[in-house]
Amino acid sequence: MSTKRPKSTTTTSKGKDKKADESSAGSVAGSGHPNDILPLTLTSATQELFGCRCDEDVTGDNPYKILRKEDIVQDMRMRAAVSDFSPMKQLVLDYPEDELLLVYDRDFIYGSSFYLVLTADAKERHLKVIEVALEREPSEVFAAQKTSEPQPWISLGSEQEIEEESVTDSRPRLKYRISRVRREFGAPIFFSDRNAMETKDGFIECTPYQDKNFSLKQMERHTGVQTIPNLKSSSTQTQWTYPRSMCTQYEPREFSEEKKENCLQSEKLKNFVNSVASRFEIAIQQNEIMDVFFDDWKALSEEDSGYGRKADPHLKEYQSFTDLHFSKEKTISNINWHPTINGVIAVAVTERLSFEDRINGSTKLLLNPSLILFWSFSDPINPQLLLECPDDVFSFEFCPSDPNIIVGGCMNGQVVLWDISTHVEQLQGTRTSGGKNIAANTNALRENETPVVRYCAVSGIENGHKAPITDIQWLPGTFEVSRMGVPMENKNGICVQIVTCAPDCCVMFWDIRAPRVLQTMADQRKQKVEEKPLENPHGVPNTFKHLDLTWKPLIRVQHISYCKTRLQLVLSTTFCPQDGELVYTDWKLEKDNDSGRLFSAKPSHRFIIHDGQVNTVRRSPFFKDIILTVGGWTFAIWKEGVTNGPIIQSSCSQKKCTVGYWSQSRPAVLFIGKEDGNIDVWDLLEKTHEPSQTQNITATQITCIKPWIVSSKQHLLAVSDHLGTLHILEIPWTLRSPSSNEKLSMSKYFEKEVDRLVYFEKRREMRAKEKKDYEAEELRKKTYLISHQPVIFIIGTLKL
Amino acid sequence: MAEVEETLKRIQTHKGVIGTIVVNAEGIPIRTTLDNSTTVQYTGLLHQLTMKARSTVRDIDPQNDLAFLRIRSKKHEIMVAPDKEYLLIVIQNPSE
Repeated sequence: MSTKRPKSTTTTSKGKDKKADESSAGSVAGSGHPNDILPLTLTSATQELFGCRCDEDVTGDNPYKILRKEDIVQDMRMRAAVSDFSPMKQLVLDYPEDELLLVYDRDFIYGSSFYLVLTADAKERHLKVIEVALEREPSEVFAAQKTSEPQPWISLGSEQEIEEESVTDSRPRLKYRISRVRREFGAPIFFSDRNAMETKDGFIECTPYQDKNFSLKQMERHTGVQTIPNLKSSSTQTQWTYPRSMCTQYEPREFSEEKKENCLQSEKLKNFVNSVASRFEIAIQQNEIMDVFFDDWKALSEEDSGYGRKADPHLKEYQSFTDLHFSKEKTISNINWHPTINGVIAVAVTERLSFEDRINGSTKLLLNPSLILFWSFSDPINPQLLLECPDDVFSFEFCPSDPNIIVGGCMNGQVVLWDISTHVEQLQGTRTSGGKNIAANTNALRENETPVVRYCAVSGIENGHKAPITDIQWLPGTFEVSRMGVPMENKNGICVQIVTCAPDCCVMFWDIRAPRVLQTMADQRKQKVEEKPLENPHGVPNTFKHLDLTWKPLIRVQHISYCKTRLQLVLSTTFCPQDGELVYTDWKLEKDNDSGRLFSAKPSHRFIIHDGQVNTVRRSPFFKDIILTVGGWTFAIWKEGVTNGPIIQSSCSQKKCTVGYWSQSRPAVLFIGKEDGNIDVWDLLEKTHEPSQTQNITATQITCIKPWIVSSKQHLLAVSDHLGTLHILEIPWTLRSPSSNEKLSMSKYFEKEVDRLVYFEKRREMRAKEKKDYEAEELRKKTYLISHQPVIFIIGTLKL
Repeated sequence: MAEVEETLKRIQTHKGVIGTIVVNAEGIPIRTTLDNSTTVQYTGLLHQLTMKARSTVRDIDPQNDLAFLRIRSKKHEIMVAPDKEYLLIVIQNPSE
């Protein structure tokens, strides 16, 4: 870069010189032309004046015109500045000769239309050229190849350039002579160190410096920015303690007796008690007078709503089940709701024949097996399940702890067990599937028929009752009974024992577990012999195989001359009614010292209240000691412990009462079924002389009533009649929701009745005593009279 | 002593009164008509509650002090009378 600049200046300077040369020459064009000619332009006026008009006087062939110097000078004087020759005035005056040559430059070789030759030599030359040209024209054709003769070199200014370029010595050449001592030639070389810092300029340093060229200042930068919360790292060290199990036992602080005494004696306590006592009195009295927080408004509304709904207190028919195959000509003897599966109810169908008819038609009966039907709400036409029984079943129960086990008591005195665990899903499925699958299910059932479950265990004929089993109950799962009749706690919690009763004066306890090893050897052997491995026909489950056909009752309670038809159990006593008689016994077995046999104690109480057979003995679900009995034309309510008689006894109704049951949700309500198919609803708080409601359900006798609570909104009552139809009724709101304090009112009512009974008893005793006194008095009076009156003998003769 | 007994008996024999307890300042029962475990439970709980109630009243107005505390529950009414050194608790069933 640095070297280039001088060159450019020289070139420009050269250019300028050239222009200066050319301008000094006075020429317009830049092309080179000799110095002795001067191109000029002549106006037409000047051309006419000098007779050198273009293309007339002077032509291409004859371009030369001689002009006299004097003419030119004259023209210049006359026309002064306007004259064409004025720029070269001086040159014209300097011209030595008289005549100047003007050449017509038709081709504009020198830039103008004319040029003036300034020097005589040039003139001569030109004229010569003209002459030669004029002369040579003819000869040029012939002698074209004439060799050119060397001409003397005319300097045109090019030697200057050459001079510049040539290299010449600008100064004389320098001569140097170097010499060295001869002995030093070829001598060994010894190197030594020398500190460069010693001498000044011992070394030349090239120090680094910051080249400013490379320190770029970035004026613009493209960056992104992100904000984050303030981060702060910190740490702590905590003391790590080992967890250790520890426990503390504490008891509240108490004063010792003497300390308490001291406190009580203190004066301060006396003052305190005296001061606060008045406040307490006020407060307590306030509470006694009136309960300030009692909501009268709310309490009022409850009673009101009862009246409002009087229009609709009837039991509404919900569904009814009857089967053409199985329950034709038959009656239902017992109903039971399935304890766990909603909407499944089981009924026991029995023949509607009297004893003689049964004997007469026994062969036909053997062909028709007796059944227990399972109905489900989802299918009112076909029963879901059939349980096959060896004989008509009068009573059956679901096991409370395991609803798959059902025990039934037959007419021939056998106790039968069923296990329906294989069919439970089907029972549940028909209920839950509901509308969608009902078509499929019914089709399947119609194709396959209702499944029949055979009993899986039955007691031996000789071991069972001798009369139809009329009632059968499971012992609650919390206790069991030992062989001696002592109730013990059942650790399992599952129900394992059953009590049955029959009109053959027996109450039997049965155990469904395998017989224990503690039995005597004889029994064991006997049982082993009987216990053959049984095949299971019809796919009956093996649940009770150990019992089948060999089942013996655990305890047999024999009551002399009493027959039993119904049982109701509690911890240690039984309430067994029979034909009109109600017997209250304790079934603990006692040992007779004489014979060593076990027999039961005599019944403690017996009552004859009902006119006919007692068909119902039921405990109230709300009061543990209140029992309802229904029989003949009346029903009675008893309280355990009150041995004078029933605390409430109803008046005789028109028709026989066949069955009764307490309401499950209202302590004061009970349902009585009649011979004519009516259901009487008794509300004991409303009226006790007649039923509060009577409703006709069916045309024939009602055989069984069982209520069931499905949900808080739906309470159902299952009623079966003599024709074999099962009616399901819905209990209306008035009959299922208890009024406020109903239980309290009922218990008070019962207490009042008990008091009444006690009072009557007292009165009776008093009366009896009075009567006795009165009679004694009378007798005394009479004897006195007799003794003080004359005796008149009247002899009468007998005529034979 | 007899006076104290008499007063307490008078309170006890009112209609509906279930029990009375006399408690000292530390929360230890001195005299009671209920069984031991119930007494201890009532004493412990009510002592704390009374202290809290008293401090509440005094916080609002330091010149004020708790005179009587009645707790009405669904089943009973519990009445507590505090003192500087003693506490008397009465439990009554009002709706009989």
